[in-house]
Amino acid sequence: MDKDTELPERSFRITRADLVRYAGASGDFNPIHWHDRTAAENDLPGVIAHGMFTMALAAQALVDWTGDPAGLVEYEVRFSKPVAVPDDEIGAEVVVSGVIQSPTAEGRTRIEISATCAGQRVLGRGSGAVTRNG
Amino acid sequence: MPLNPSFTGRSYPPTEPYEVGREKIREFADAIGAGHPAYRDQSAARASGHPDIVAPPTFPIVLSMRANRLVLDDPELGIDEGRVVHGEQKFRYFRPVYAGDTLVCRAGIEELTARGGHEFLLIRTDVATTQDEPVVTVWSRLVVRGEK
Repeated sequence: MDKDTELPERSFRITRADLVRYAGASGDFNPIHWHDRTAAENDLPGVIAHGMFTMALAAQALVDWTGDPAGLVEYEVRFSKPVAVPDDEIGAEVVVSGVIQSPTAEGRTRIEISATCAGQRVLGRGSGAVTRNG
Repeated sequence: MPLNPSFTGRSYPPTEPYEVGREKIREFADAIGAGHPAYRDQSAARASGHPDIVAPPTFPIVLSMRANRLVLDDPELGIDEGRVVHGEQKFRYFRPVYAGDTLVCRAGIEELTARGGHEFLLIRTDVATTQDEPVVTVWSRLVVRGEK
């Protein structure tokens, strides 16, 4: 993969049902991810997606781009804004984009990633991964 | 109540061994919409050189969260969980997690800082097999938001 190549955007839709399913699969039952009243009491803009759910979706983009389901050496994200998920059928849309950076000293590839929801960046600067293959 | 900076470096006892099951990996892969055959099909995983079904990259959070519970529930630290949000997350992989692994987590507080009325707690969790083979290191930076 060549430096500065922009990778094709991937878009993911998140509904309340997805959050309930992720809560069950991950064991993270924090009510801010499914309960409006708790979210409001904690000064949040409504029920929000688990940050780790957004990180998992961005990892799907990395897997699609690299073609390797197990090729990550390092993966980090900064949660810059919460992803508010409205209580309707449409939910929220998270769009993940990536840019290939210079190869690391070990000859690996670093991919910088960004994710937005409703035009706001939800995975911020410094988010990215180092992959084994090039 | 502000967190006590002297808790930097505090470590917690290892968690009970966690047995990574195939159905748990499939359930997690379903929940995140991860469709790669290596996450569900043993023969597909083996054909790509893996010993068993591969766990998706963020799966280790299932284990590290259990270890981090020791930190969040530490009465001496006294964290108000309602005010905690996830700030940053990082994984460094020695190898993927596989079905059939039996893994132990050791959590510790790597950094404790305050800025702009908020506090930042960096928890490091070392995930290894019961034979002490390192598998993945997990860092979670939690933000304890100041009262408005």
